[in-house]
Amino acid sequence: MIHFTDYKRPTSLQEAWELNKKKSNRIIGGMLWLKMSHRPGQCAIDLSGLGLDTIEETDDAFSIGAMVTLRQLELHPGLAAYTQGAMKKSVEHIVGVQFRNCATIGGSLYGRYGFSDVLTLFLAMDTQVELFEKGILSLADYAAMDYDRDLLVRVIVKKTPLRLAYESVRITKTDFPVLTCAVSFGQEGLRTAIGARPNRAKLLWAKEDMVQNGTIDAASFGAYAQEMIPVGSNLRGSAAYRKALIPVLIERCCQQVGGDRT
Amino acid sequence: MNLSLTLNGKLIQDDIPADMVLLDFVRRHGCYSAKRGCETANCGLCTVFLDDVPVLSCSVLALRAAGRKVTTLEGLQEEAAEFGAFIADQGAEQCGFCNPGLMMNAIALFRENPDPTEDEIKAYLAGNLCRCSGYEGQLRGIQAYLAWKKENRP
Ligand SMILES: Cc1cc2nc3c(=O)[nH]c(=O)nc-3n(C[C@H](O)[C@H](O)[C@H](O)COP(=O)(O)OP(=O)(O)OC[C@H]3O[C@@H](n4cnc5c(N)ncnc54)[C@H](O)[C@@H]3O)c2cc1C
Ligand code: FES
Ligand code: FES
Repeated sequence: MIHFTDYKRPTSLQEAWELNKKKSNRIIGGMLWLKMSHRPGQCAIDLSGLGLDTIEETDDAFSIGAMVTLRQLELHPGLAAYTQGAMKKSVEHIVGVQFRNCATIGGSLYGRYGFSDVLTLFLAMDTQVELFEKGILSLADYAAMDYDRDLLVRVIVKKTPLRLAYESVRITKTDFPVLTCAVSFGQEGLRTAIGARPNRAKLLWAKEDMVQNGTIDAASFGAYAQEMIPVGSNLRGSAAYRKALIPVLIERCCQQVGGDRT
Repeated sequence: MNLSLTLNGKLIQDDIPADMVLLDFVRRHGCYSAKRGCETANCGLCTVFLDDVPVLSCSVLALRAAGRKVTTLEGLQEEAAEFGAFIADQGAEQCGFCNPGLMMNAIALFRENPDPTEDEIKAYLAGNLCRCSGYEGQLRGIQAYLAWKKENRP
């Protein structure tokens, strides 16, 4: 269990960012992951006084504060409509309701955990993150970056018209996933994010000829993803098993976004 | 550090270490219904309400609850006694260790969704682990309680 000797609830982002410059201080989101670390921290920096706990929806985008919980994401009607239910589907197996009332989107995306359902789904949408120091960058760039001490302020999801689907495989219902898969299909093309590889989720765009007259060739896309997305083994599954799952989950998602096996 | 919050309707002030979690705080103030089961945010035994929302008190810093309302099973006696009888009727309480966490989260479910389906009950309570009962008795108890409530609704 993590230990702190001090606790601060900053009243401005600037103050939070200054406090977080010190290596032994720790930002706390939901604290669920952080709590299991054994590295002692000096000061817990609680972001809960900064008004980052709301989801704002405009005609063009969702602006999601870093302290928004996974349960808020799950229950938000606008996100449910935009993602065609994929938002709820991506988080509903994460432990339980009480857990999701605590865990935050900020902690989930900052962590860029290999097993993350949250990272997988958001990668398949037009998502940007707003960092206090570096400003706005795409989630795909953020996901590829090393950890630093910048503050994740909010997550922006542009309302690009998309068909979206989410699937995961778990050994038991509320366990970490063995593989996660999100597929989105819109004007810009067809893409998938595959996570729990077991490494960080990876984004892959389909080749142009995998969509003909608006119909997806799910089998070719699945085979392509299987070839292009590296997978490994851990306690939950072998690389061979994950490799076999990739086309299965892609095909299930493609059926939902409107494509069919051709 | 100084902390002031409302616990089961009573204003409490205390001087606590910065890293004390809400679970230890409520237990220090006599609310022993909340228990430490797994300490890894998996079991739901430590469920309390923070401003009426069920959370895992093993994973929330007590200082985050400053100025807020915290409720444990001790603060829900009437609701708990009524519902608890149905759980007991089904023999769903064996060692009983998981029971306070289950009751808290079930009460949160009833408040949010007074007429849940079986799937909705299972989904809402998925984060409440029980090593003894096999869950069937708990489910029957919940359904019997809901049916009784429906019949007796004014
Ligand atoms: C038992 C367990 C099971 C889980 N199962 C799953 C699962 O099946 N699927 C899944 O997707 N996830 C799962 N998770 C991960 C979980 O959903 C959260 O992603 C994780 O707990 C981090 O969120 P948090 O709010 O608790 O962050 P914290 O633990 O508070 O923080 C995590 C890290 O992010 C940093 N941080 C937090 N907020 C910010 C910010 N705004 N800016 C910069 N840095 C920040 C912290 O300093 C820390 O380093 C699980 C976690 C646990 C503990
Ligand atoms: S002790 Fe809190 S979830 Fe198990
Ligand atoms: S009755 Fe023993 S853990 Fe549930």
